[in-house]
Amino acid sequence: MNKTSLDNLTRGIFRENPILVMLLGMCPTLGVTTSATNGLGMGLATMFVLMLSNMAISSIKKVIPDIIRIPSFIVIIASFVTILEMVMQAYLPVLYSALGIYIPLIVVNCIILGRAEAFASKNTIFQSLLDAIGMGIGFTFALTILGSVREILGNGSIFGFSFMGEVANPILLFIMPPGAFLALASIIIVVNKLRGAK
Amino acid sequence: MSKRIKEFLVPVITLVIIVTLSAFALGYMYNFTFEAIQKAKDAKELEAISEVVNEFDNNPFAEKTTIMTKDKKDKLIMYPARKGGKLTSVAIKSYSNAGFGGRIEVMTGFNVSGSIKYFKVISSNETPGLGSKVDEPKFKEQLTDFYPHRQILKVKQDGGDVDAVTAATISSRAVLKAIARAYDAFSNFNSGDNNE
Repeated sequence: MNKTSLDNLTRGIFRENPILVMLLGMCPTLGVTTSATNGLGMGLATMFVLMLSNMAISSIKKVIPDIIRIPSFIVIIASFVTILEMVMQAYLPVLYSALGIYIPLIVVNCIILGRAEAFASKNTIFQSLLDAIGMGIGFTFALTILGSVREILGNGSIFGFSFMGEVANPILLFIMPPGAFLALASIIIVVNKLRGAK
Repeated sequence: MSKRIKEFLVPVITLVIIVTLSAFALGYMYNFTFEAIQKAKDAKELEAISEVVNEFDNNPFAEKTTIMTKDKKDKLIMYPARKGGKLTSVAIKSYSNAGFGGRIEVMTGFNVSGSIKYFKVISSNETPGLGSKVDEPKFKEQLTDFYPHRQILKVKQDGGDVDAVTAATISSRAVLKAIARAYDAFSNFNSGDNNE
């Protein structure tokens, strides 16, 4: 694998992490990360759609006139998400019952539109796929971390396994919406420190 | 002039083509998955039924009947569970629109004696981690062997006998409301028609 490919693949994981660095897609991020499992599920579902949409948009980028590219991207992304939802509902009902409510949210996730606009519409199919994988991993990673922090503090459990028992009094605030902002801000502070950002 | 028309027409036609292709793809997938989705939904419902009723050897799904709610405005679906031909319990699918995220659908199992066996939330849009806890054993087990005609099917804040889920009183209320609707319909059905 040459240097550019490797760079496209790894960029999204940490250096340009969509959540922790670029602050994209805040709505689903803050909304669904009440537990580590939810964060992981949302991350993986988004990554899957991101891979499909990046490849599709990259393959038809030449035929789409510039002035209608945004509506075209949205139609393509929404179609993929709806197809994914129907297929999951039909053949993976267990996964669907766990993730069902988040699937339609992927349409309005601006990471997907953002990558389509900023990367897939200017690069080859293969590079776009690498970019999608990297961004997807970064997104999943950030959401899982955020979900874990909120679940540990707010519910006294991790991935659904309670470690504090019945007597514990977790900080409920952390699984409510204000806690999402507090937890995300704290994580970004740590990440900025690690990146050496001023 | 013709250049202007071209500048206008090309994007419009491209967009129409993209939208048409997407519509065809969605329509095709809808037809393709329709039966499988229906089957998966039925299987989920049967699973919910078997979780809330006593042991059975019939197919409650095939024997479903509709019963009227107490105010005669709506119908609920009732699934009888039998063992050896004898009715052991029924499952009633009920709903409430008063959830934090709107509609909540609940499958409630009633023993023949009129007590609640168990219930299961089959669809809801409650906040994950908060309202979604109404479908966890800690809340649900309070209602096992609950007699709605002797005890009050309301949360403690409203003078009832059920502990609401912490920080999710609205969701708890909605679930109890759905169960109460099922119970009222069930007792109404029993008093009107004792064939069952």
